[in-house]
Amino acid sequence: MTRENGAPRIGVYVCHCGTNIAGVVDVEQVADYARGLPSVVVARDYKYMCSDPGQNLIKDDIREFGLDRVVVASCSPRMHEPTFRRACQAAGLNPYLFAMANIREHCSWVHDDVELATEKAKALVRAAVGRAYYQESLETHGVPVNPNVLVVGGGIAGIQAALEIADADRQVYLVEREPSIGGHMAQFDKTFPTLDCAACILTPKMVSVGQHPFIKLMSYSEVVEVSGFVGNYTVKVRRKARYVDEEKCTGCGLCQTKCPWKTDSEFDMGLGKRKAIYMPFPQAIPLVPVIDTDLCVYFQKGKCRVCEKFCEANALDFEQTDRIEEIEVGSIIVATGFETFDAERIPRYSYGRLPNVVTSLELERMVNASGPTGGKIVLEDGSTPERVGIVHCVGSRDVNYNVYCSRVCCMASLKLAHLVREKSGADVYNFYIDMRAGGKGYEEFYRRVMEEGTHVIRGRVAVVSASPQVPEEEGHLIVQVEDTLTAVVRRIPMDMVILAVGMEPREDAEEVARLFKISRSADGFFLEKHPKLDPVATTTDGVFVVGACQGPKDIPDTVAQASAAAARALAMISKGQVVPEAATATVDAALCQGCGRCEEICEFGAPIVTLEDGVPVSSVNAAMCKGCGACAVVCPTGAISVRHFTRDEILAEIDALAGVPA
Amino acid sequence: MNGNGFEPKIVAFTCNWCSYAAADLAGTSRIHYPPNVRTVRVMCSGMVDPIFVLRALETGFDGVLIAGCHFGDCHYVSGNVRAQERVETIRRLLHTLGLEDERLKLEWISAAEGGIFAETIEKYVVRLKELGPSPFRKEAAA
Repeated sequence: MTRENGAPRIGVYVCHCGTNIAGVVDVEQVADYARGLPSVVVARDYKYMCSDPGQNLIKDDIREFGLDRVVVASCSPRMHEPTFRRACQAAGLNPYLFAMANIREHCSWVHDDVELATEKAKALVRAAVGRAYYQESLETHGVPVNPNVLVVGGGIAGIQAALEIADADRQVYLVEREPSIGGHMAQFDKTFPTLDCAACILTPKMVSVGQHPFIKLMSYSEVVEVSGFVGNYTVKVRRKARYVDEEKCTGCGLCQTKCPWKTDSEFDMGLGKRKAIYMPFPQAIPLVPVIDTDLCVYFQKGKCRVCEKFCEANALDFEQTDRIEEIEVGSIIVATGFETFDAERIPRYSYGRLPNVVTSLELERMVNASGPTGGKIVLEDGSTPERVGIVHCVGSRDVNYNVYCSRVCCMASLKLAHLVREKSGADVYNFYIDMRAGGKGYEEFYRRVMEEGTHVIRGRVAVVSASPQVPEEEGHLIVQVEDTLTAVVRRIPMDMVILAVGMEPREDAEEVARLFKISRSADGFFLEKHPKLDPVATTTDGVFVVGACQGPKDIPDTVAQASAAAARALAMISKGQVVPEAATATVDAALCQGCGRCEEICEFGAPIVTLEDGVPVSSVNAAMCKGCGACAVVCPTGAISVRHFTRDEILAEIDALAGVPA
Repeated sequence: MNGNGFEPKIVAFTCNWCSYAAADLAGTSRIHYPPNVRTVRVMCSGMVDPIFVLRALETGFDGVLIAGCHFGDCHYVSGNVRAQERVETIRRLLHTLGLEDERLKLEWISAAEGGIFAETIEKYVVRLKELGPSPFRKEAAA
């Protein structure tokens, strides 16, 4: 193996990370060992390489010893590679001449045998030195950022993010699948722990979205294709046909009053009815109806059009078709929300089989003054319940369903307990496993609801049945539970049982993840870049996740995360440019035969074969290339390679790991 | 050489987005696994050239692990699909060289699966101990 322009001068720095590394790896021995490696001119160990004095060590040595390669053996490059690259750059060294050996996450934290861990650390340092030998300077050039932002999902998360950005006078496209924005929050009656009415705090925000000069609301629409890269995304949105002209419609609602065809209202959880032409709820934004073509008799049988006859604005348009609109944005905020757990999956709770077993979301609609019962809590026979049981953790904290805690159900159940007592005077029993009231004002709210006289029984409900064993149980639902504080199995007769269903990723989360190239965690929610330090970004630059699509969370946390994502998007816009990956593919034209296999395999259309003086040759558009290396593997002549991950670099790493002398 | 105390040497090509992050997570969560593995970070499992696998076996590794994102999760859309296709080809090549299929292992490990990374290494070490040293392993002095 030979290298042009003389042997490099490599400096190696082994970090103790306090005792995180030094507690298991003999760092001094590793530094001594590194000193003996070819081309290494200086090797040191230091307590905290990422600290200012640690970084200064590198900067000073670059100047003093004329280092042209730097290797740091410390934590994961996913953690501190940018830190050390910046340190190199500050001392005049190209950041791509830096290599990192991960001796913490991949070594000291996972092994305990000092001798074996030290041997492994030496091998990893040897590999980094081996690869550094072949690394080359790379130049990066900023590309401009398109200042428009796409927000996907019009629940409270998307609404908040869209308003934050639009209030900074930046153009937002807000895409919502349903006919109206509002999401789950619009279905809620009151919000814990303050008990302010959900509609009272949400609808002003919805109206702002609808009227904002910097928000283009695309309701009843779905994103179908995303291409491009950070700062420059092209997005195709399918605008589903409403059959009502949004420009002409005045939102008077006469069409839905006159429409003769009814079905269960999705918004009211099937407790109320809606028409074939409908607005999901009275405060809908935009206040424009849609036609449900599966129900509409005109679409099914070719006759009716009653709505058209009554529409004074002449807004009905039966010829409308779905159309694709293309928009250009610089960043994307994904706020697609959650689904509630399907309670029918737990047969022993009898949901869907016994009357008066309802979900928490159904009760939200029932308790709401503008809901299907006008705010009255009623049993299926129209009477008022005297005893109501609320079962916590339905589908959550259960290895058979979802292991995670849905975080909001304890508080939501306490809120429902309060509302049920207030509206029906019923005796309320809450059955919980642990009462989770971690949040500002939450514990106080828990106390308040207890002091009001709500019964709380600790125990996971075993069965909700209608099989009486004693006369008092006759005609009631029976909740069987072990009260784990008294170790007594109890059977408590109820008139109504509310199942506090947990939060789950939406059914199409996998497709959405693929569309926006984001990962998902084991529970199916979208994965943030870092669980603590980067909870809104994703591994795809310029794509952010907010709200319950990233994990179960309550409204305050959702709003905070949405504002955080908005700040990140605005920061990108404010900076005006992004620096794309420098480690992209490059073609050695002398070796290229123009076979076009790179062009075939690339998912991003980066390599293109063109004729140069009549000879086919490939070249790579760096702005399109993501550096995945698919092309390099299939190239039959080795003409195309990925910078920073060249064949020489990786083979040197393998040889060094194996202990083959360089 | 096949006797007791044989410690297999493994090189793991881990993709930057999923499996390398999984190995990081194993570390952060302090999930221990045998120190027989050396990781090489690649941007994508679809970047692993057959030459890398052959070189690793040639230089004395007993097993090669390629770990990438689950299907549908690839940061580059289809790199993991290419990796899987390629592994089939490389295995045929290993056959002609008289090596067992299992000298090359392919796993999908997401960034959230630190425990699975550790478990994968643990099981692979056990399996390679059963297989014994690679016939290509140089009779090392030490």
